Amino acid sequence: MSFEPKILGIACNWCTYTGADLAGTTRLQYPQNLRVVRVMCSSRINPSFIFRAFQLGADGVLVGGCHPGDCHYNTGNLYARRRLAVTKKILEFSGIEPERFRVEWISASEGNRYAEVVTEFTEQVKQLGPQTKFKISR
Amino acid sequence: MSRIGVFVCHCGLNIAKTVRVSELAQFASTLPDVVVAKDYKFMCSTPGQEMIAHDIKQHRLDRIIVTACSPLMHEQTFRKVLAASGLNQYLLTIVNIREQVSWVTHDIEEGTAKAKALLNGAVYRSRLLAPLTSRVIDVNDDVMVVGGGIAGIQASLELANTGKKVYLVEKNSTIGGHMAQFDKTFPTLDCSACILTPKMDAVLQHKNITLMTYCEVSEVKGFIGNFDVTIRQKARYVDHSKCNGCLACTEKCPGKGLSEWDEGLVNRKAIHIPFPQAVPQKPVIDRDACTFFKKGKCRLCEKVCEHKAIDFDQQDTFTTVKVGAVIVATGYDLMDTKPLIQYGYGKYPGVYNALEIERLFNSTGPTGGKVTLRDGREPKAIAILHCIGSRDKNHYEHCSRVCCMYSLKFAHLFKEKTSADVYQFYIDMRAAGKGYEEFYNRIIEEDVKFIRGKGARVSKSAEEPDRLIVEAEDTITGKFVQLPVDMVVLSPAMIPRSDTESIKRLFNLSTDKYGFFMERHPKLAPLSTMSEGIFIAGVCQSPKDIPDTVAQANGAAAEALTIVEKDKLELEATTAMVNPASCCGCQNCVRVCPYGAPAFNETKRVSEINEALCKGCGLCASVCPSAAIIARHFTNDQVLAEMEGLMEF
Repeated sequence: MSFEPKILGIACNWCTYTGADLAGTTRLQYPQNLRVVRVMCSSRINPSFIFRAFQLGADGVLVGGCHPGDCHYNTGNLYARRRLAVTKKILEFSGIEPERFRVEWISASEGNRYAEVVTEFTEQVKQLGPQTKFKISR
Repeated sequence: MSRIGVFVCHCGLNIAKTVRVSELAQFASTLPDVVVAKDYKFMCSTPGQEMIAHDIKQHRLDRIIVTACSPLMHEQTFRKVLAASGLNQYLLTIVNIREQVSWVTHDIEEGTAKAKALLNGAVYRSRLLAPLTSRVIDVNDDVMVVGGGIAGIQASLELANTGKKVYLVEKNSTIGGHMAQFDKTFPTLDCSACILTPKMDAVLQHKNITLMTYCEVSEVKGFIGNFDVTIRQKARYVDHSKCNGCLACTEKCPGKGLSEWDEGLVNRKAIHIPFPQAVPQKPVIDRDACTFFKKGKCRLCEKVCEHKAIDFDQQDTFTTVKVGAVIVATGYDLMDTKPLIQYGYGKYPGVYNALEIERLFNSTGPTGGKVTLRDGREPKAIAILHCIGSRDKNHYEHCSRVCCMYSLKFAHLFKEKTSADVYQFYIDMRAAGKGYEEFYNRIIEEDVKFIRGKGARVSKSAEEPDRLIVEAEDTITGKFVQLPVDMVVLSPAMIPRSDTESIKRLFNLSTDKYGFFMERHPKLAPLSTMSEGIFIAGVCQSPKDIPDTVAQANGAAAEALTIVEKDKLELEATTAMVNPASCCGCQNCVRVCPYGAPAFNETKRVSEINEALCKGCGLCASVCPSAAIIARHFTNDQVLAEMEGLMEF
């Protein structure tokens, strides 16, 4: 049986989560490896959430927010963008392939884009194989 | 220990087709703290809601998980069930297994497995939820309408007639919008001015409407029920409080600028009113066209004005008004067809766009209603080209909806006003609307020629230099058509106003891929937006005709009324709070918050959050180094627990 990765998604309520809903409403098909947590804004995401996801056994983490400049809370995603860029560096420094972590700006009207990103990222994580570096066995 | 009830919805077959719902309910009953788990065909229906209410009482449930469609769809519906059953509404968790599971897979194994993981995450999160108290705020009674076209006019009048105070903001120097440029309206051929100008006047006269022309919104602060909107009054260089509208100034003015009203077909004066029936009937000076502003001397208008109303030193002024709700009705532009060089717009004088043709028909237009070419000739043959830039994957994929009908109207008016042969080059004829098909049939009988094929190219005739050749493939006969004509009318895509981007930013709206404002839900909330208290009406939402625009405007007015009619409003309780015991006083939160909600208390040396200003994004919570800020309903513990649940399966 081929490796089916577990991917954690964190999506902002206004853009990416709504975009994900739109992908559903338009019946686009994409792999089911992603499990999404809804937050109000990508700026809510504390880097510790990302590290914790990998500890919990996520093979990949996908964060989605509004396009820079289009944040429902004006500037939230700009903070998120900077913070998550640093998070990626730290992950890399800690020995996690940076390709396992992706941040995407997907608006509420971009159902297509959502399905594309999920499909592409799932495939990418599949290629990388299981993530064992951070995983805490329980 | 909590007592959780899980309710799994089939949504007919929408969910049940690709998620084994009874297995999911069975699975739920094995999860920690779950006391009861059931599945049902339609959980949002009355019996479904009653089932939840019944089980809350019978099983003394204190947490509810509804596993169904997106929370954006029915979270409010189910929150009401909890509230009616005496349970705090924030103890509800929605698991989205429709939009984000059953609709995006065909594989029932995959679907069921993912639904289980999501449900497990929800159970973990649910156990940590805390009851929250909604904030109650006062609501301002007034409404702002942005855009003074037919949508804005209609919405303003409806609201004003209910006794609400309305601020109507229009960026041009008159209200009326595109509708005021038209001569006749399809399919009834009503005179546009006859049905519009009385409404424009009613706006001016209405005691409840503050008309703000030549104004733009420059800043929006606040939230539903309590917006502070700052309006920039652009300098008119005419003091309207002194001007009596005699228009002596416009007669003497030597400055000339292209008339926006006549689509640039003719000039107007630098000091001008856009058209004779403009509202208000008071002029503005176009700085770029004014001789005084350009050369430093002239001031003829100042000399003839008996009321001393001309004021060359006037500056832009800013005023802030408080409103409870806003209706955005900013309308549309026509796509610029110049870049579509195959049609020769801007190159051949015989090629016109649809709005220019509206002006040619209009008795207040540049030709006084006569159909003549730019060189004064009457056209002998006219081609109307549909779908220019719309229904075109290279430009705009959307159908602009009104072009078929106005093209038919043009054909009728051409037949009425000239003896020309009229040809329609169309892809499909779309006549869906009351009386539209009948109108189409009527035009067929008026000897208008229909060629089913999109106009491919317009070029200059080699034999007759004054004429144009339209080329197309007639898809019915399969033949290539080359037709000599004198006039070509392009029906370009309707697109959002050029300043949509700034309106979007100001009011925090979303747009679709073309730039039209997105509605909260395409079917159930077509006039609401993701920003509470902001509504949309008219073509700024998507292309539509006048009847639909008016209907939307009335609807938006009713929606705005449901807010401003209330004295008090409940706001989401999902705000942030500071635990003063852990606050280190670094003031990170104060620096990052876009709303100024956190403030530093100098006496206590800790930050405090003003809940009235907090919008609940959670940014402060994630920049707080000592984790002293708690983002209610999205606490670290709740988010991490949900993640743990999701990753277990």
